[in-house]
Amino acid sequence: MTEKKWPETWQDTNPGLMIFKPASSRSYLTGGWRAQKPIWDNTKCIKCGVCYLFCPEACITEDAEGFFMADLNYCKGCGICYHECWPRAIKMVED
Amino acid sequence: MKGIIENFDLFAPKLVEKEEYYSSGHRACQGCGEALAIRLMAKALGKDTVVTNATGCMEVTATPYPTTAWKLPWIHVAFPNSASVGAGVESALKALRRKGKIADRDVKVVSIGGDGGSFDIGFQAISGAMERGHNMIYIVYDNEAYMNTGIQRSGGTPYGASTTTRPAGKASVGNTTWKKNMAEIMVAHRVPYVATACHSYPFDFMNKVKKARKVNGPAFIHCLAVCPTGWRTTSETCIKMGRLAVETGVFPLYEVENGKYSMTIEMPKKLRPMEDYLKPQGRFRHLTPDQVNIFRGMAMTEYNKVLERIKHSKTWSEMTS
Amino acid sequence: MSKRIGMEIALAAAEAVALCRPDVIAAYPITPNTHIPEHLAEIVADGHLDCEYIAVESEHSALSACTGASAAGARVFTATSSQGLLYMYEIVPVVPSMRLPVIMCLGNRAISGPINIWNDHSDYMCVRDLGWISMFASNGQETIDMCIQAFKIGEHADVMLPVLVNLDGFQLTHVVEAMMMPDQEEVDKFLPPRKPFASLHPDNIVSMGTLGLPDIYNEAKKANDEALINSKKVILEIWKEWETMFGRKYEPIMSYKANDADVLMLTMGSMGETAQVAIDELRKEGFKAGLIDLKLYRPFPAEELKKAVKGIKNLIVIDRAVMSGGAAAPVCAEVKSVLYDEPDRPVITNDIIGLGGRDVKVEDFIKIFKKAAKAKPERAYEIYGVRG
Repeated sequence: MTEKKWPETWQDTNPGLMIFKPASSRSYLTGGWRAQKPIWDNTKCIKCGVCYLFCPEACITEDAEGFFMADLNYCKGCGICYHECWPRAIKMVED
Repeated sequence: MKGIIENFDLFAPKLVEKEEYYSSGHRACQGCGEALAIRLMAKALGKDTVVTNATGCMEVTATPYPTTAWKLPWIHVAFPNSASVGAGVESALKALRRKGKIADRDVKVVSIGGDGGSFDIGFQAISGAMERGHNMIYIVYDNEAYMNTGIQRSGGTPYGASTTTRPAGKASVGNTTWKKNMAEIMVAHRVPYVATACHSYPFDFMNKVKKARKVNGPAFIHCLAVCPTGWRTTSETCIKMGRLAVETGVFPLYEVENGKYSMTIEMPKKLRPMEDYLKPQGRFRHLTPDQVNIFRGMAMTEYNKVLERIKHSKTWSEMTS
Repeated sequence: MSKRIGMEIALAAAEAVALCRPDVIAAYPITPNTHIPEHLAEIVADGHLDCEYIAVESEHSALSACTGASAAGARVFTATSSQGLLYMYEIVPVVPSMRLPVIMCLGNRAISGPINIWNDHSDYMCVRDLGWISMFASNGQETIDMCIQAFKIGEHADVMLPVLVNLDGFQLTHVVEAMMMPDQEEVDKFLPPRKPFASLHPDNIVSMGTLGLPDIYNEAKKANDEALINSKKVILEIWKEWETMFGRKYEPIMSYKANDADVLMLTMGSMGETAQVAIDELRKEGFKAGLIDLKLYRPFPAEELKKAVKGIKNLIVIDRAVMSGGAAAPVCAEVKSVLYDEPDRPVITNDIIGLGGRDVKVEDFIKIFKKAAKAKPERAYEIYGVRG
């Protein structure tokens, strides 16, 4: 099935503007919004996952070793992860 | 110990449902508490859920055609009717399942709305749906004003908050009334499970969502959602502000099961001073010490009411004879 | 086998809807359509209909619940009138924009103010532009037939739009007539279970009611408008099917003694039958009067109208609602718009009759016919029979 081109013609719009692609918002990269980004210091990280839990963007993921990092395509630089990190393993740097 | 849930289990985030039902790419502000709360709610609900959503921040930021942040079936119709749309979906799923037209398994209907679409314009629909006993959860995400349209006051706006329709000025303190107590109103509707929650206590919140899901009937959760944009706080302190709301007694976290009240997190004997909560928020920046006292008085009245109920309430079945 | 029954039309409408096996009914009572939801509630309570009946707390919630239920894949029905329709007004355009079939019976009643519970078409006129397929019943038989047809039309895969069946409040809802009521087997054969295009269920995830930014809103509106216009094809097909099964013919515009008429009158709803009596009287005098009766109002049957008035000298459009401060009354404004470019279009006069349930008599129609045949009117429209 060919991908519809955006902006769609009226004939291409889904009836009732229904959206059949769950989680398709991932095509919109909110990373361009931020003024600062989080950097993890894995020597301090205790792998608790609190940063992952509190990210409103769901952009923090765990790597194979159990450390965490933000997907910079989506990170808006809000700083919640930095603020909530117990061992202060995260710092915000200008981006 | 029943009802006492730890504020934070240090390694428990790793045990939380990994699937993201509310995905990245939504257009909410940086540090949006409500977006976080919805993300957590969706994790607690799981995939067999249908969400109805009132018009508001979350609806507008999540589903601009042609993309959606949702990985759950979702519908938005209008501003005041999330609960009545939910009632319709619940009835339809019930009828279709009974007639064998859809799969024979439980699909929960969860209707969500902001304080605008719930306390005020959506009040009637919630009242009707909860009173009729539909098997659904209503969760209100209360950021204490009509944030999506630019921070106008709502029935959830507390005393002294400056909003654009009740701004603080030379002749006014801002909002002059306390928050509408939706939880108590829902208990009066005989809703079997009513709870207050906050995203800053994620496990308490998610456990309440799970409990609400198990009820075969209506359930109601009032979730405080910090809005850094509207409260004029920094985005990084979003979680902290929620904690302060709870620790100062402004927004106690409790649940009411069949009429019996209980606190769900351990409250300190001495509550934190109100100034800790008010000072970081630009919307309260104009308050004089006298006005802070009025705020404290109103908050403490509500808090003590909850303590009274916890001490004296009985379950409804205990009160039948 | 269809059975000949005599009962109040509202109750018959409820029975007809019950035969269609709705899954969810959400309705709020308002005079004069109350008997429809009430009788449906009775039918459900007696176990004759397996249906979830939501006794909602307002009309706004009624239509909201119907929208949610339709989105979840159910067959849904609601009924209301006047102020109830106005209370659900916010949701009325949303339903077709989401391409969700919902069937509504509108017991036409005057909108306030002053508050008045009796019959006129002002409530329908408030929603005519909002995207619902709309039909007008002139008697009990048409009411039953249209209710059943509405489900098939609205749920059709090429339509997926809500349908509104208009029946005059009190004049039809509370009147007892003889009608042929189909039986369950016939209705089941005519109307199979609904097969929704999409529905809210985790097995097939969809987001409905999404945000339409300026870059897509125009396209969405165009798509919906085309859907409504193209639904006429399906409506005509389904009416042909109905004729084959039940022997009763339906066309967007039906006529009475119109072939050789000099003066034609256009009506909608039950007053057409009164006009027919007037036409018979006039014909006795040699006055060549005729009637065209609009059964389908949306999508507007422009082609059929042009054909029906070809060669006619005078057309009287009877409205039963006012378009306050407007260029004409609602139906006449549309008629004039359709006929504007026609060569040899008739002289059109517009009379508004029977507002707020004022009785519409045979002699009134006779007077109106004779008046129209004379000269071009001074005013674009007249409220007929106003004292003073």
